Amino acid sequence: MINKQAIQLRVNGTLYEREVEPRTTLVDFLRDELALTGTHVGCEHGVCGACSVMLNDEPIRSCCAFAVQVNGASITTVEGLAPQRGVMSKLQDAFCETHALQCGYCTPGMLVACHDLLQHTPHPTKEEVREAISGNLCRCTGYQQIVDAVMLATAPEGETHVK
Amino acid sequence: MKAAPFDYALAHDLDHALTFLDQYGMDAKLIAGGQSLVPMMAMRLARPEWLIDINRINALKRIELTSTHLTTGACVRQRDVEYNEPVTRALPLIKKALHWVGHQQTRNRGTVGGSLVYADPSAELPLTALLLDATLHLESHQEGARSLLASEFFMGPMFTAVSDTECLTHIDWPIWSGPRVASAFEETAIRKGDFAMASAAAQLQLDANGRVLRATFGVGGMDGTPRVFPQLAQQMVGLTATEIDLKAIAQEAVQDCEPGNDMHCSSDYRRHLARVLLERVIDQTLQRALAQ
Amino acid sequence: MSSKQVLSNAKPFKYIGKHRRAVEHQRFVLGQGHFAADIQRPGMLHVALISSPYASAKILSIDAKAALDMPGVVDVLSGEELWANVDATLPGVDAPHVTRYPLAGTHARYAGEWVAAVVATSRALAEDAAEWVNIEYEVLPHVVDPEEALLPSAPLVHPKHGSNVIFHRHFVWGEVDQEMAACTHQLSYRVKWARNSTVPIETFAVACEWSDAQGVMDVWASIQMPKFPDQVAKALRLPGNAVRVHFDVDVGGSYGVKRGLKHTILVAYLAKKLGRPVRLVEDRLENMRGGDMQGPDRIFDVTLGFEPDGLVKCMKMRALDDIGAYSGRSPLQLGKPVGAIVGPYTIHSVAYDAMAVMTNKTPQEAVRGFGQAPTNYAIESGMDKVARFLQMDRIALRKRNLIAPDQFPYLIPSGTHYDSGDYAVVFDKALKEANIEELIAKRDRLREQGILAGIGFSTCLEPSGGNSSFEPLFNPKNDTTTWMDSCLVRVDLSGSVTALMGTSSSGQSHETLVSTVVAEVLDRDPEGIRVLKADSLNALPSNSPVGSRMAIMLGGAAAGAAKKIKQKLMRLAAHHLKVREEELVYEGGAIHVASDPSRALTWAALIEIMHRKYHLLPPGMEPGLQEKFVWEVPTGGGLPTAEGRIQMYPCHSFESHVILASIDPGTFKVHIHRYVCGHDCGVMISPDVVHGMTYGGIAHGLGAALMEKFAYSEDGQLLAGTFMDYLLPSAHEVPEITIVDHCTPSPLTEFGQKGSGEAGYLGSPAAMASAINDALSPLGAHIDHLPMTPQALWQACASQSQALDAKHALTI
Repeated sequence: MINKQAIQLRVNGTLYEREVEPRTTLVDFLRDELALTGTHVGCEHGVCGACSVMLNDEPIRSCCAFAVQVNGASITTVEGLAPQRGVMSKLQDAFCETHALQCGYCTPGMLVACHDLLQHTPHPTKEEVREAISGNLCRCTGYQQIVDAVMLATAPEGETHVK
Repeated sequence: MKAAPFDYALAHDLDHALTFLDQYGMDAKLIAGGQSLVPMMAMRLARPEWLIDINRINALKRIELTSTHLTTGACVRQRDVEYNEPVTRALPLIKKALHWVGHQQTRNRGTVGGSLVYADPSAELPLTALLLDATLHLESHQEGARSLLASEFFMGPMFTAVSDTECLTHIDWPIWSGPRVASAFEETAIRKGDFAMASAAAQLQLDANGRVLRATFGVGGMDGTPRVFPQLAQQMVGLTATEIDLKAIAQEAVQDCEPGNDMHCSSDYRRHLARVLLERVIDQTLQRALAQ
Repeated sequence: MSSKQVLSNAKPFKYIGKHRRAVEHQRFVLGQGHFAADIQRPGMLHVALISSPYASAKILSIDAKAALDMPGVVDVLSGEELWANVDATLPGVDAPHVTRYPLAGTHARYAGEWVAAVVATSRALAEDAAEWVNIEYEVLPHVVDPEEALLPSAPLVHPKHGSNVIFHRHFVWGEVDQEMAACTHQLSYRVKWARNSTVPIETFAVACEWSDAQGVMDVWASIQMPKFPDQVAKALRLPGNAVRVHFDVDVGGSYGVKRGLKHTILVAYLAKKLGRPVRLVEDRLENMRGGDMQGPDRIFDVTLGFEPDGLVKCMKMRALDDIGAYSGRSPLQLGKPVGAIVGPYTIHSVAYDAMAVMTNKTPQEAVRGFGQAPTNYAIESGMDKVARFLQMDRIALRKRNLIAPDQFPYLIPSGTHYDSGDYAVVFDKALKEANIEELIAKRDRLREQGILAGIGFSTCLEPSGGNSSFEPLFNPKNDTTTWMDSCLVRVDLSGSVTALMGTSSSGQSHETLVSTVVAEVLDRDPEGIRVLKADSLNALPSNSPVGSRMAIMLGGAAAGAAKKIKQKLMRLAAHHLKVREEELVYEGGAIHVASDPSRALTWAALIEIMHRKYHLLPPGMEPGLQEKFVWEVPTGGGLPTAEGRIQMYPCHSFESHVILASIDPGTFKVHIHRYVCGHDCGVMISPDVVHGMTYGGIAHGLGAALMEKFAYSEDGQLLAGTFMDYLLPSAHEVPEITIVDHCTPSPLTEFGQKGSGEAGYLGSPAAMASAINDALSPLGAHIDHLPMTPQALWQACASQSQALDAKHALTI
């Protein structure tokens, strides 16, 4: 029989207690167990980055972690990137402004990667942006407008949040 | 691509992990960052019945720097080495190698030990370990603690000397102290972050007159394990940069390898690539050392 | 309406052509997309597939007993049961024996073909059980090379069909033989386009749920497929109104490939049989190997006849396409290029030999451009070779051959009129943006440093306004000429506007397109206009976003419906204000008498009357305010002539790429220094959207040119079955790109818009090959196949002398 294990995860600020099979990946846990379907599955072998989430403030590939491995951790998914309901982060707003997405499938992972970049490099160069998103594949945009979005979001003037 | 079912245990300390290994042996696998193991399990190429998580064992996470050695616990994350300034100052080659390892997401989880134990023939850290003559420390209940040089550790593609009941605990990376030490690491993959088609690395030290005091270099992806060439390196000792026949050295080194064929890379092209990269890294290293 | 009229009469657009945030973005950046794998239905079951390990085998037995005993397993479906209960899908060409079912029947014809389906309460349990299904195979001979498949000795992929050739036609348009013989020069060459595809990051996912009570099959799928609901219904032997496809599912990228018939028929059958919702989400392994999302796989043999001044007068092209083991839309991808077979050039006569051959490989599906990208690569390769032969500047060579602006509408030998264009101007714009003199100097400086460097050009057609004219062209028994699209616009009692479209989107921002168009016509704020996707039961007819058609067709339909709304409002206002319509001014949704603005009706007042004051309506006017518009593709409705001449697509966009690239002389890795794309798709309704798709198309093209290939072993095993081996370009491999726009409006559309969804991919591989070959030319080397990987480039040079051979290097 399947031995489920009890885990506790703080996701986007909310503490969840659940029982999971050890083989359940973090991405499947987030999507199926917590109905947080913003994080997407693209390859399940650690290449495309669509499943990127923040684990204790660092981006990881959630398809390459079993949920049991991250028991007790704090996770931020795309659903947790906006500062509050009805308000987008500067980065999310910039993505909308520069058309940094089309189908939206890689977007959550891209936002997580870019969000992380800005935490430690508030004014990145275009090369630094490309390096930061190099682990996230996109088939729609050719990356150009994504780089534009990050450059816009980090341009000197502007408000912190946009309604 | 869901993994086959397994049981999971979180080891509180090394002893706990070793006890599990004693109990389950071949049916168990240790997991740290899981960046190599989890995709293999998703593809059902690896199907351990027990997964023993060693990623929270503090004893396996230490980073210690002395004047002669860097010691990294097996579960030290790649990113923690990459962003550790004293470490990368003392041992620049390791940072240069890490630059090529996957992507930031994988380095945030992947461990130094994990990459070494996984032993992909084109992986960067195994090449670095071999180049520097690192010492890898293993422990088991049955055999206690034992140490192996990198050259004894890597035995074949994805195959190391670690037994079913052993855990890699820490690695000592020798540091070359003194002036005019330089290093370089180059690899060619079709995309940055992919497994290398071939890689090359070198480290050497020049004396005050620009003569080679000591040298080491090697290639990855050219054989069942990374390869270093101590005898060829030894021939460089005492020579100045202009006296070194880079082409001949690189040629001889790659001739000694048996590179494989795959869809991206024939053995002929791989040989060519390794030769070019080896020439380049040795040249770069010489130039960098001279500039110091 | 001619293009001149559009330019001179039109007042400037208010919303069209402006920067505007796509309305779709908000949900995606917040993680609130609605993708097929996000659909959870109570009691839902999950499917895992069992694939044939062999390229060709007889299936002797399937023993599912052990699997059925496993926890959570509800069913194991074999081909035998499925074949008895659903109808086969047939190819688009006349080959009735090349039938296709979601699961193999008695034979597996490619490694990766789905042989059985396991249904369980979770995907993981289904995969566990799949390992316990015992299938016995008898391995049979197979063929993987397309030229070998043509030999009489080759094993037949579909023995009943009698041959591995599923389609072959030799078209002759003009006196090709005579003209070729009369040309001063002839040049023949072969180029190979490797099997690649657009590989969306989302795999195909479909959930189906059958309701006994309503007799309806609900389908949520990641779909981009014309006539999808109809074909699903037909296969399931259900009436069309028993299948409800939910088009409001967000599709995570498709670019042509997500045709999904076999997945959906399979899942729908299971849903009906089991009486529970069933979902299949392809994993990446199933997707790459068995999902039929691979693309054209072509060998082109071309002969060009030309004069010493560079004028190319005639062309013979033979295209051999390896479609794999079954036929979806694939052979038709040899047909669409007929509509732009001479590219942007005045080539006078053409012979086109199109052959689709079957091999024991994963079937090919429709890919962005529907065959035009490989054809452009073949044509452009030839133009460069002609230039090299004549020692002529490649820019001048192209300009010698480009159709001139005063020649439009231009009739090409195969029967299509190109509607409008100004190719030399777009080419010049790209060259200017790229600063071509400086670029040449930079290239030459790189060469002096010992680096292989080259500049590449392409000037390519992007036919748009996709329709089915290649169907009767390739299968005269299929005399279909309707290819419509529709829109319904309603204004509700509160005065807010809603538009309905009847197909799914996969990133093209159709909601933004429609709301912009409706806003333009009704002169109302686009942000207040909601665009919804109807489901297939309450949708007006659509033929999906394929063939770069939606700006034209959906844009046109939305405009048409909005115009009817406006006309109705004008008629009401005339009646109410007791004037003739000509005396009225419509502005911002309100209407006033031109000579006396105080006599007016506000938008609110107009709506109020429409919805609530029947007594004030003109006699015979329908109450409420809703209008539909269904229309046929412009220039559509014709059947091909006996020689296979046809007006293929209505509108013709154009792109011109200029690239500076270098090749590391040691590793043979390619680096792109500069990338400029000149682009003309007429009037852009949403410039941000058009630019985005062009950047993305270029990225697809660079992948195809440099690193993507579905490689097979001699055993018919897919070698590139994961993302570790099928290499998609990341942000490091796609350079910064500059797009320069030009606009030659189409005379055929409401606003002068042309379609543009396939831009970039159509011209990028050709330009990349042009740059690489320029870089290799000093070594006397060249490469005539894709992808141009480091190894391939090394091989191309390995046998050549390393000495700089000035004779082979063109100045430009």
